[in-house]
Amino acid sequence: MSLLGEDIVTGKGEFVINIGPQHPSTHGVLHLKVWLDGETINKIQPHLGYIHRSIEKMSECLSYRNFIYVTSRMDYLSAHINNQACALAVEKGLQIEATPRGRVIRLLMAELTRLQSHLLWWGCTGLDLGAVTPFFYAFREREAIMDIMDETCGARLTMNYCVPGGVMYDVHPNFQKRVKDIIVQLRSRFDEYDQLLTGNVIFEQRTKGVGYLSPEDAVSYGCTGATARGSGVSCDIRKWFPYDGYENVQFNEILGKTGDCYDRYMVRMAEMKESVNIIEQLINNIPEGDFQAKTKMVLKLAKGEYYQRVETARGELGVYIVSDGAASPYRIKYRSPNFSNLSALEVMAKGAKIGDLVAIMSTIDLVIPDVDR
Amino acid sequence: MTSEEIKQSVTALFSDVIYDETGEFLNILINASELRPLMELLYSKTEFKFDYLFCLTCIDWKTHLTMVYHLLSKKHRHNIVVKAKIADTNKPEIETVCDIWKTADFHEREVYDLFGVKFLNHPDMRRILLDEDWVGYPLRKNYADENMIKL
Repeated sequence: MSLLGEDIVTGKGEFVINIGPQHPSTHGVLHLKVWLDGETINKIQPHLGYIHRSIEKMSECLSYRNFIYVTSRMDYLSAHINNQACALAVEKGLQIEATPRGRVIRLLMAELTRLQSHLLWWGCTGLDLGAVTPFFYAFREREAIMDIMDETCGARLTMNYCVPGGVMYDVHPNFQKRVKDIIVQLRSRFDEYDQLLTGNVIFEQRTKGVGYLSPEDAVSYGCTGATARGSGVSCDIRKWFPYDGYENVQFNEILGKTGDCYDRYMVRMAEMKESVNIIEQLINNIPEGDFQAKTKMVLKLAKGEYYQRVETARGELGVYIVSDGAASPYRIKYRSPNFSNLSALEVMAKGAKIGDLVAIMSTIDLVIPDVDR
Repeated sequence: MTSEEIKQSVTALFSDVIYDETGEFLNILINASELRPLMELLYSKTEFKFDYLFCLTCIDWKTHLTMVYHLLSKKHRHNIVVKAKIADTNKPEIETVCDIWKTADFHEREVYDLFGVKFLNHPDMRRILLDEDWVGYPLRKNYADENMIKL
């Protein structure tokens, strides 16, 4: 038998199937080619590029003010943190720093972004593994966070709030009160989340001991974020190379032990609590003053190279700008966390059952536009 | 290790290297033919132990291509940037490093896809983002598309 000129049963008796590009558990247009021996995965090969928009090429045609907005469309769940990375890279080139007020607002928004991203992930993980209820609970809190973002900058998802030198507008007068409300609400809900999913017997059996990733492989494959931290690899950029004042706030880097799906899950759950801690420390201490530093109309970076890495909700995002002194970048590279995390799928899924593939993919927390860019 | 110590250790083994310290990281400029031995040394030598390749990309300078490797040591917490110059822009080739750092597998395929640099001894040298029958390499500066509008 053959399909599009390729054998669907190999000489070794393996059955080759395609999962995606239109499949609910791939969280976007990801195409996986899987070689199966019965139910066991022998080999897996991701096929990418279904929504490749060449964001790097687009950025090279835009000015240093405008290219920031394109990056919201990469990892749309961490849009603000992507913008922050670009703004920081441009600030490095201009040798300016954001104003103290701008920096704190950025951090607050970044942690709110991380919270809403993890909440969405938590709901979807439940959904992937057959628990529909968590999704509605997650969206209850997530909507409240989205409303804060809407009120602050007019957009719920692609925020475009960061500009070189600070943030675009000042926060809404209601901002502090609403953020404090959501913190109180979240604190009381974390136990509820654990009761719903974490301690569930079916959930534990489907995630414990599944999708093992060794610490050596995690580093070698360039995994970052909770995917690597679940294996016990320290890689939190907020701790390693602090930016925008992360050095002044108290929080812990959460590390897992076993490197299976359950640990990656637990790392993210604990990270949410840490994000709430960070917000709590900052929300009453927003400095007075300008929210944006004064910059020239047309930004031109000195000839040279600038690299900025930040911790998005999924891991390390690197923005590498090569400038030749013109008003738009000569070369931009986005080192996206998901691209590297996805490459480790072949070791995580090898030997697993086809049903476990869904659990593995959902705990890597894939966002496909970030993979394809 | 400080930049000075890294420089001394590398100079002792490789004579034909140029250093550039103007940027944030220490840059080592090397010819494409010498990339492999240098990378193996940076990975395996215990004082270096650059075990994490966090960014791999290419720059098109019109006259030549430059491969850029950003390395970090998780143990020693030092960074380094290795740049390899590829003089031939018509048929660019360089040795792969994907057996040293597995993350290079996908990243090299991306560079092959968008810049046309062929990685020798790479196990799976196919386009990764674009279609197999795509003509040209979009991130090259001489890439032309009639639908492209310069803003």
